[in-house]
Amino acid sequence: MDLGSISLVAFFASLMVASTPILLAALGEMVTERAGVLNLGVEGMMIIGAICGFAIAIESGSAAAGFLGAAAGGALLSMLFAILTQFLYATQVPSGLALTLVGVGLASLIGQPYVGESPPLMGKLHIPVFESIPFFGPVMFQHDPIVYLSLILAVLVGVFLKYTRGGLILRAVGENHDAAHALGYKVRLVRVMAIGFGGAMAGLGGAYISLIRVPQWTDGITGGIGWIALAIVVFASWKPERVVFGAYLFGGLTALQLNLQAANIPLLFVLPYLVMLAGVIYFVIAVAVGSWKKTLDVKPTLKTFAQFIGVGLVLLLIGIATNYASSLDLLMLSSAPFVATIVVLVVISARSKGASNGPAMLGKIFQAH
Amino acid sequence: MISLIKRPQPSKTWMVATPVLAVIVTMILGGLLFAAMGKDPFVAIRTIFWDPLFSPDFAAYSRPQLLVKAAPLILIAIGLSLGFKAGIWNIGAEGQYIMGAICGAAIGLAFYPMEAWFIFPLMVIGGALGGFLWGLIPALCKTKFNAPEILVSLMLVYFAEQIMIAVSLGALRNPEGNGFPGSRNLAQYASSANPELIAGTGAHWGVMAAFAAVVAAYVLLSKHMLGFQIRVTGESPRAAGFAGVNSKRLIIFCLGTSGALAGLAGLFEVTGPAGQITTSFNTGYGFTAIIVAFLGRLNPIGIMLAGLLLALTFIGGELAQFMLSLPSASIQVFQGMLLMTLLAMDILVNYKIVWRKKEAV
Repeated sequence: MDLGSISLVAFFASLMVASTPILLAALGEMVTERAGVLNLGVEGMMIIGAICGFAIAIESGSAAAGFLGAAAGGALLSMLFAILTQFLYATQVPSGLALTLVGVGLASLIGQPYVGESPPLMGKLHIPVFESIPFFGPVMFQHDPIVYLSLILAVLVGVFLKYTRGGLILRAVGENHDAAHALGYKVRLVRVMAIGFGGAMAGLGGAYISLIRVPQWTDGITGGIGWIALAIVVFASWKPERVVFGAYLFGGLTALQLNLQAANIPLLFVLPYLVMLAGVIYFVIAVAVGSWKKTLDVKPTLKTFAQFIGVGLVLLLIGIATNYASSLDLLMLSSAPFVATIVVLVVISARSKGASNGPAMLGKIFQAH
Repeated sequence: MISLIKRPQPSKTWMVATPVLAVIVTMILGGLLFAAMGKDPFVAIRTIFWDPLFSPDFAAYSRPQLLVKAAPLILIAIGLSLGFKAGIWNIGAEGQYIMGAICGAAIGLAFYPMEAWFIFPLMVIGGALGGFLWGLIPALCKTKFNAPEILVSLMLVYFAEQIMIAVSLGALRNPEGNGFPGSRNLAQYASSANPELIAGTGAHWGVMAAFAAVVAAYVLLSKHMLGFQIRVTGESPRAAGFAGVNSKRLIIFCLGTSGALAGLAGLFEVTGPAGQITTSFNTGYGFTAIIVAFLGRLNPIGIMLAGLLLALTFIGGELAQFMLSLPSASIQVFQGMLLMTLLAMDILVNYKIVWRKKEAV
């Protein structure tokens, strides 16, 4: 066990890398869902992007070409879903599942000749001036171009949805497709484009894993990240800025997991304090914001604070009782992202009190008359 | 021009005809895929669908395998179909299958090396309970907090896989296994074994359970109040509310039952064909069962037939891998395409396609 071996700079830098694929896929899915379409095939589109990107990067010798190919591959696969749901009026949930099944199988089929190969690397893009800021420079401004691209895309998607005519039409289609149709908007065309955008973004996210994060090709390389991206869209209440927050939260968890594993520190040794710290930060922010807006309600705030501290204490006790057993710790480390997703989904769903704030037409079939 | 007219009611004829049509179309598409991979499509399709049953060289080995592979698929798909009918999406059967196997195996291993008649029944109960509790988690997350059961149940698959790896390396590892991961072999321990009951058929206790599940589901759906409630909820949740259906109880029932059946499937697998819990115990039955449920039109008899067909693709796929070195992933693609084709053809069930001269509206 060696706490000192964890460098904060390396930790935060790896956090940004770990968050990028989740952010890309979640942004794409958010746009699709804002148009009223629930595409559960993110995992399949991601892994198709991962292998298309990998194969094209190797064949062409350029990682950038790989990313372009990945976006095209993801978008192409998503068109299968578009045909099923928009032209043949198939139910969206099973269609998305079918897309994942086909995508995972197809990726494994395409990927067979590429097992064990190494892709061409993508150069880092150091941002001049900013890169020499102490601490923040190496953490934020010495990454590959895709990291910046993902954040720029997040801003663009946010601006598009909120301030442009196109964004307004897309949201109208997602909130009430009959009204949008009556106004003369092409509901089906908007949705097909949104599905394609979601596919391209998932493809980019997948290629980021196979070309930069790992970088290698193995079967099932996306390992559930597509599903986590779907959960993040729900967690983010379909808002772009919260998607960024959610993706970075999960990226942080993944980075923490890898760093702790490398430094041989049990998760239960750190987690209780992190949970309690999060409680304190939540309390401070809630009190500050509450008294600023004069909406402070002390009781529920204290209750949430107590819940944080309670969970932290329980984790602490489990750690002490099991004496930080290594088998339990390995299980906790490897399953942390999935358990955290469930916890986050439960918390956010309980908060919204059942009234889902998702697009009103999410998952509903539209047929023009 | 072509235009679609929504049918007032789904066409019963097309309900039955489309799965058959989907299989045929998928065979053609699959043949094209195999041809693109440089294999003779006719030989490949024959190796997958004909040889396991009728080839004199392989049928003796392959035929019993049909029931062995179909049993878990049918058991799981019957459970899933109840929820799917009511619009409750349990897509985490794979996790419930794993947890059933782990819980059942743990009970059996706790008694080792004692020999007694009650050990296997206890394990069966443990397996069902393990799957039931794992299915109950998304159910409670849904009823208490309104968390989407699709995502929660799916996340629990990854969690269950990690638990499976942890127990194969730790708690359930065979102490006489020379340090290799994996539990003791339960099929070789008389009190926990799930042997072939009728020689040469492959029929073990899981096959019996699968048939029992088909009959029970048929009776439930056609004769019982609960079956009626499931159907009403699926067709119109609002009407179900007026009819006094307790939707929370229904969610818990559907997810719990499908969890228990998936757990049973896992238990019968680990005590029979698989023999032990290892780091790679699960083989995707829980996901393939989703295809089985849809291909069987969520109808118990249909599911039985679809289960046999998809079991055949598994066995034929293995044979094709062995004979033609066809990659195993191609069978996965094939199964996924089957679901897609079927969903595409649903348009025939719900819409009437008519030719109509273009005219001013």
